[in-house]
Amino acid sequence: MAADEAYVHDILIIGGGGAGLRAAIAAATTSSRLSIAVLSKVYPMRSHTVSAEGGAAAVMRDDDSLDTHAKDTIFGSDFLADQDAVEVFVNEAPGEMIQIEHWGCPWSRDPDGRVAVRPFGGMTVDRTLYAADKTGFHMLHTLFQTSLKYDSIVRYDEWFATSLLVEDGRVAGVAAINLHNGEVRAITAKAVIICTGGAGRVFPFTTNAAIKTGDGMTLAYRAGVPLKDMEFMQYHPTGLPGTGILMTEASRGEGGYLKNKDGYRYLQDYGLGPETSTPVHRKMELGPRDILSRCHMQELAKGRTFEGPDGHYVHLDLRHLGEKVIDKKLPFVRELVRNYVGIDPVYEPIPVRPVIHYTMGGISTDIEARTPLAGLYAAGEAACVSINGANRLGSNSLTELLVFGARAGRAAARAAQEAPAPKSNPIAQLVSDERRRLERRILKADGRERIADIRETMHKAMEEGAGIYRDRAGLEKTCQTLRELRERFDRIGLADRDPVFNTEVVAALELDSMLDVAAAVAQGALLREESRGAQARTDFPKRDDARFLKHSLAYHTPDGPRIEYAPVTITRWPPEERKY
Amino acid sequence: MTTPRVERPGLYYPKLPATWWLRRPNYVRFMIREVTSVFIAAFLVVLLCQIRQVGQGPEAYAAVMARLASPGWVLFHVVALAFAIYHSITWFNLTGVVQVVRIGDRQLPPALIAGGAFAAWGVVSLVILLFFLRG
Amino acid sequence: MPDETITLEVTRYRPGHDREPRSQSFTVPYRKDWVVLDALNYIKDRIDGTLSYRWSCRMGVCGSCGMMVNGVPKLTCAAFLRDFQPGPVRVEPLANFPVVRDLVISLDDFMEKLLRVKPWIIRQTEKPVAEGEHRQTPAQLEVFKQFSMCINCMLCYAACPVYAMHPGFIGPAAAALAYRYNLDSRDEGYRFREPVLNDSVGVWECTFIGECSVVCPKGVDPAAAIQRSKVAGAQDWAKSMLMPWRGRS
Repeated sequence: MAADEAYVHDILIIGGGGAGLRAAIAAATTSSRLSIAVLSKVYPMRSHTVSAEGGAAAVMRDDDSLDTHAKDTIFGSDFLADQDAVEVFVNEAPGEMIQIEHWGCPWSRDPDGRVAVRPFGGMTVDRTLYAADKTGFHMLHTLFQTSLKYDSIVRYDEWFATSLLVEDGRVAGVAAINLHNGEVRAITAKAVIICTGGAGRVFPFTTNAAIKTGDGMTLAYRAGVPLKDMEFMQYHPTGLPGTGILMTEASRGEGGYLKNKDGYRYLQDYGLGPETSTPVHRKMELGPRDILSRCHMQELAKGRTFEGPDGHYVHLDLRHLGEKVIDKKLPFVRELVRNYVGIDPVYEPIPVRPVIHYTMGGISTDIEARTPLAGLYAAGEAACVSINGANRLGSNSLTELLVFGARAGRAAARAAQEAPAPKSNPIAQLVSDERRRLERRILKADGRERIADIRETMHKAMEEGAGIYRDRAGLEKTCQTLRELRERFDRIGLADRDPVFNTEVVAALELDSMLDVAAAVAQGALLREESRGAQARTDFPKRDDARFLKHSLAYHTPDGPRIEYAPVTITRWPPEERKY
Repeated sequence: MTTPRVERPGLYYPKLPATWWLRRPNYVRFMIREVTSVFIAAFLVVLLCQIRQVGQGPEAYAAVMARLASPGWVLFHVVALAFAIYHSITWFNLTGVVQVVRIGDRQLPPALIAGGAFAAWGVVSLVILLFFLRG
Repeated sequence: MPDETITLEVTRYRPGHDREPRSQSFTVPYRKDWVVLDALNYIKDRIDGTLSYRWSCRMGVCGSCGMMVNGVPKLTCAAFLRDFQPGPVRVEPLANFPVVRDLVISLDDFMEKLLRVKPWIIRQTEKPVAEGEHRQTPAQLEVFKQFSMCINCMLCYAACPVYAMHPGFIGPAAAALAYRYNLDSRDEGYRFREPVLNDSVGVWECTFIGECSVVCPKGVDPAAAIQRSKVAGAQDWAKSMLMPWRGRS
């Protein structure tokens, strides 16, 4: 193959995590004649799906119903979720759980051999399937190992997609860097699915891995696709201070308590009571994440949190569960706490604080996973359908990977069977343009600004102005800082000129994406003058359905994001007050 | 045999030095365990010679026994016994890992299986010892 | 630079420029809650941006950051600097793998071996999704669960002298994954994996050194998986010799 030739496939999936792999398998099973490429900047088993712990929700039991799961999800979303999408989601969830079980996922079981379910935050009924407390790990490895069965799935491991190739208003593929030799090549396809995950790394304290930098969101954004509801960034109430390592919600589902520095279970002061010794659905420690995170901040304001070397924290107390329950249901939590905190949760409470965990917003898609750009699809955390609205319930996201990953795969397969192949001439020109752009901006960058400095300034601005509590002044300051950082990024300098496995170039490209994503988050938050779900504005403390029962859509312009709005689809659940 | 590896340009293929086994205590213990086979084999050869001499009559047998009573040969046998015991201990310790015994729903702890092997070894050794002491 | 510091001796290798890897010394701040990965990130952010290495989750579950720390294969996100004070700490790429650049090794060989052991559920007939899940009791799950915990970090391959000397050896992680599927009550694919496990570069290459299980950060115990696969393979062979009229299982 000549150095300039493009790799040709029918479907290209960017991102090899839960959604990407599920999409690949769905496409491969739709038609074995389709050539499916999965491109990822890391090997698929390193994808961040692997860190998910708690579980995946679906209606599995007779005492449950699709309507209840839908209602819980819509309620949890503070009524910003599109209800038609939620109905499809809850409908297809049980089948996906069974499918992955058939593929070998080691779900934890009841004594009779059926898959077990456990309680989770915001869910009225026990419906969260789990594989001990490493559900994401088991799901990802099951999907990855199952994907190896299909010869039609070709992988591009450790390739970094830098821009979408668009021809005649249709997506035709990507330009990507092969990290092993530094070459920029085109990979063409009739349908492209972006499954690159969220962007938690725009914040300093996060459960997210290093790779969660929103690269795929930016790919679509810069090609003219809007990012929906970006202002909604979820704080998980229980992450370890300092590292931000996740302490799964399952620890609360199994009965863990949150206590302030007086040993008091403070959640009862915020409308989540009464205090009970065993978990009650949607109450106390099983309340939704946005509310729990805000309770922590209010305790901080009252001076009732602990203070440590990494800042404020409260206690997650598991001692009363006993060693047997912890070893059976939460063994990974015990291992993490021993390794990274140096205490044993069987005997001592765990220090925890809210940390950024999930990006509700993302690439705007419809319920078929289609974006407004022809041929482009998105699924998983990178997409926003939206089923999570302004706040996601725990254990809905792993299910979302499967449901919408499969839908995207099937939709892309159908489209690829009908669409014409991209024409090679414009592709070659587009790639050569991209190569030149990369060389000028990144590969040969010789300015004085350092990646780490820009990244840290961005982190500080996001945490201060776009954190759990926001106001206009803080958000304006953050937007301004981000604009300055954009200019500073143009003057970046890289030390590493080697084409082979150049991780400094990767870091620069990731920072480039993060600056765009951060600007969309901050601008969306600034213009949304209400508090809803994960967005809490101290200057607009109430939810305002009259003005803002709508999705924000951030469009890329050279001067920053332009925010437009789109209506929310309401079917059977008219908005009501969100009380637990 | 293993197929030769196809080497790609640019990649650096590290070489394993001949002293690799000195790097970690576990590797040294492994090599000692493997070397026990040499001593056990040597002991068996000596034993076969003894047995052959038995067949040659009482004088030949007395001659070989006198030879083997020399300090050098006694030392060899003591060392060989030490290595044989080390081999047996390491072997029995690993039986728990290799052999899975399930009773109903639960797996017996490996220590129990190894313990069983050691106990059996003890009993057999005792029986043989009693046999020789009596006779 | 704060009061306490620690020195790292890190392997550097640029293909096309260096004939072989060399060591470079870096002095970083010492913090008692830092892991080796934190030190590497400090070097890359503040001292030398050209250092290449893999990392992602920093909580010991993605398997990216395996390297040799003072000659022992470790996940650098779980290797605390305080255990190496006063240093220096030697950080080298994972042993027994070809080096791509600095601390980055090539995973091609493992990916090929993973594919070879067919690590997926194989059944004669697929159960329709509409019929629900395969019933599997907690006891049946317990049988294979331990061997499903592999994060593909490759520390076991770095610890295995057999793999060092015979790179064709299927290796601990691939064998453990094959064993995991063989033990899964839902799987019927033993006879497809058996030829791979029992061929000339399969489990019989293993001399039960056991170091793979010692270094495994997830308690998978691949050494046990390999020896038990040997027992199963030997039993199968004996049965097929003594009772050739029985089909292979």
